[in-house]
Amino acid sequence: MIHVKNLCKKYSSFEALKDISFDVEKGEVVGFLGPNGAGKTTTMRILTGYLPMTSGKVEIDGLDVYEESLKVRSKIGYLPETTPLYMDMTVKEYVSYIAELKKISKEERKEQVKKAMNDCGVGHIKDKLIKTLSKGFKQRVGIAQALVGNPEVLILDEPTIGLDPNQIVEIRNLIKDLGKEKTVILSTHILQEVSATCNKVIIISEGKIVAIDSPENLTSRLSGGMRVDITVKGPESEIRTCLEGLDAIKEVKEAGQEGGIATLRVFAKEGQDPREVIASAVVRNGWGLKEMRREAVNLEEIFMKLTKDDKKS
Amino acid sequence: MNIFAIMKRELKAYFYSPIAYVVFALFLLLAGYFFSMILLLSKEASMRAAMYNFVITLLFFAPLITMRLFAEERKTGTLEVLMTRPVRDIEVVLGKFFAALSLYALMLASTLVYVGVLVKYGNPDMGPIWSGYLGLFLLGACFIALGIFASTLTESQIIAAVVGFAFMLLFWVIGWLSGTLGFSTESIFTYISLSSHFDDFVRGIIDFRAVIYYLSFVVFFLFVTVKSIEVRKWK
Ligand SMILES: Nc1ncnc2c1ncn2[C@@H]1O[C@H](COP(=O)(O)OP(=O)(O)OP(=O)(O)O)[C@@H](O)[C@H]1O
Ligand SMILES: [Mg+2]
Repeated sequence: MIHVKNLCKKYSSFEALKDISFDVEKGEVVGFLGPNGAGKTTTMRILTGYLPMTSGKVEIDGLDVYEESLKVRSKIGYLPETTPLYMDMTVKEYVSYIAELKKISKEERKEQVKKAMNDCGVGHIKDKLIKTLSKGFKQRVGIAQALVGNPEVLILDEPTIGLDPNQIVEIRNLIKDLGKEKTVILSTHILQEVSATCNKVIIISEGKIVAIDSPENLTSRLSGGMRVDITVKGPESEIRTCLEGLDAIKEVKEAGQEGGIATLRVFAKEGQDPREVIASAVVRNGWGLKEMRREAVNLEEIFMKLTKDDKKS
Repeated sequence: MNIFAIMKRELKAYFYSPIAYVVFALFLLLAGYFFSMILLLSKEASMRAAMYNFVITLLFFAPLITMRLFAEERKTGTLEVLMTRPVRDIEVVLGKFFAALSLYALMLASTLVYVGVLVKYGNPDMGPIWSGYLGLFLLGACFIALGIFASTLTESQIIAAVVGFAFMLLFWVIGWLSGTLGFSTESIFTYISLSSHFDDFVRGIIDFRAVIYYLSFVVFFLFVTVKSIEVRKWK
C-alpha cells in the first residue's frame, strides 16, 4: 500500500531524513516511534504531499506522491502534529468543509460527516464552536476531519498528545477499530501506545530507521528477559543467595536496604516469567514479601540499545 | 467545486471575526464623509472627487481585508490541512481572491447609496459614475491581488498588511516618478502605474486597454501568489 524507498530530505543543509526505506501493507497499523527531532513529522509531511522529498521515491497505492499528488491526496486522511483547526467554525461546519474539499458529493456528504463525527465521539457537540472545546475534543475533531470520506490511508501525527489517560485509551481503541479496515500510520513517543494499537513498529532516530518489527518481538528482543523489582522483609544477602539459586533467574542486583527491608532487582532468563517462583521462595523462607513489580522497558533504553547496536555493526 | 467551497468559507470567516464589520463600517463612514464634504463644498452633482477619496481610503483598508488570507492559516497551521487535501494551489488562491473581492464589491455597492442621494436631489451625469465604479472595482481587484501576494510572504498578519500597503501605494504613485525624473509622460512608470489608468474611468471613458491592463495586473499577481506558495515547499 505504502512504499517508501531511499527517501532523503534536506532542509537547506540539514539532513532530516537519511535514506529511509519501508513498506506498509494494506490494513496494517504502523507506529512511527522516535525521540524529538527524529524525522517523524517530516516523513509524514512527505507522504501527504505537503513537503517534497529531496530524493527517493514514495508510492501510495501504486501512485507516486510527487507526480500524482492530487490523486494520492484524495486517498489520505491526515491529522497534522499540532491539530490545526478553524477555531471560528462549528464542529459540523468544519468537518463538512473538509469533506467538501475531499470532493465528496453533496448527497453523500451529510451522511459521511455524521458518521465521522459519531465515530470520533463528537456528534453530540456538533454545533459548538471549535474554539470552545477542550483539548481532547479538539483532537477528536481533528481525527474526525481526517476520517471523513472514508480514506484508505490514515496518517496521524501524535494523535494522543495532550489527552487525559481516559481519552488516550478511547482514542487508541478508536484507532484500533479504524485499523481493521484501513491502513494507518501514527507517530508517537510512547512505547505503550505502539504496543496497544499497532501491529508494526518503525523506530526512527536522527533521520534513520533503526528497527522495523512487531511490537511483541521488539519488546522481548530488546528487553532481554523480564525484570522484576521486589521489596522483601528479611536478611538481604540471604535473600539474594536464595534467589540467585533459582532456575529462572539470571541475576539479582541489590537496590537498597533499610530497617531490615531489602529492595532487589531481579533479572530473569530470556523467555521466563520468574514471578511465581520468587513469591513461593520468599514465602517458603518465612520472609515477608512487601511488593513485587514488573519493570517496563522504556523507550530510552530501547533507543540506547538500538543506537549502540547500530554503531557496533 | 473547490474554488467555490474555499471562497464560501473565507467569506464566512470574514464575518466570524469583527474585522469585516470594522472595515466595512469605517469605510462607509469615511466614504460618506468625503462624499458629503465634497458635495457641500462643490455643489456639483458628480462623484469624481469623491472617487479619488475612495481610492485613498481603499489604500488603507484593502490590506486589512487581505492580510489574513494566507498569513493566518500559516500561523495556525491550517494551511497544512488545506494543502494536503486534493486541492490545487491555484484553486486555493482563487477561492481566497474571490472571497476578498466579494467583500470589497459589497463595500463598494453600499456606497451606491450616495449615488442615490445625487439622483434624488440633482441631475448627475450617470456615464462617469458607472465607469468610475467599474474603475474602482478593477482597481480594488488589483489591490487585493497585491495584498494576497503579500499575505503569502509571512506568518504575521501585521507584516502582511504593512507589506501589502507598501505594494499598493508603490503601484499607485509609481507614475509620479516619470514627472520627477524628467521622463516623458509615456514612460514605463506611467504605464505600470495603477493611477494613470484610473483617470479615464473617472472621466467617463472606458478604455479597453485600461481594462486589459487591470485584468493582466490581477492575473500576474495571482500567478506570483501561486508561485509564492510553491516556493514555501522548497525551503
Ligand atoms: N521547516 C524546517 N526547516 C528546517 N529544519 C526543520 C524543519 N522542519 C523540521 N526540521 C528539522 O528536522 C528534524 C526532524 O524534525 P521532525 O519535525 O520531523 O521531527 P519529529 O520526529 O516529528 O519530532 P517531534 O517528536 O519533536 O515531533 C529536526 O531536527 C527539525 O529541527
Ligand atoms: Mg513531530
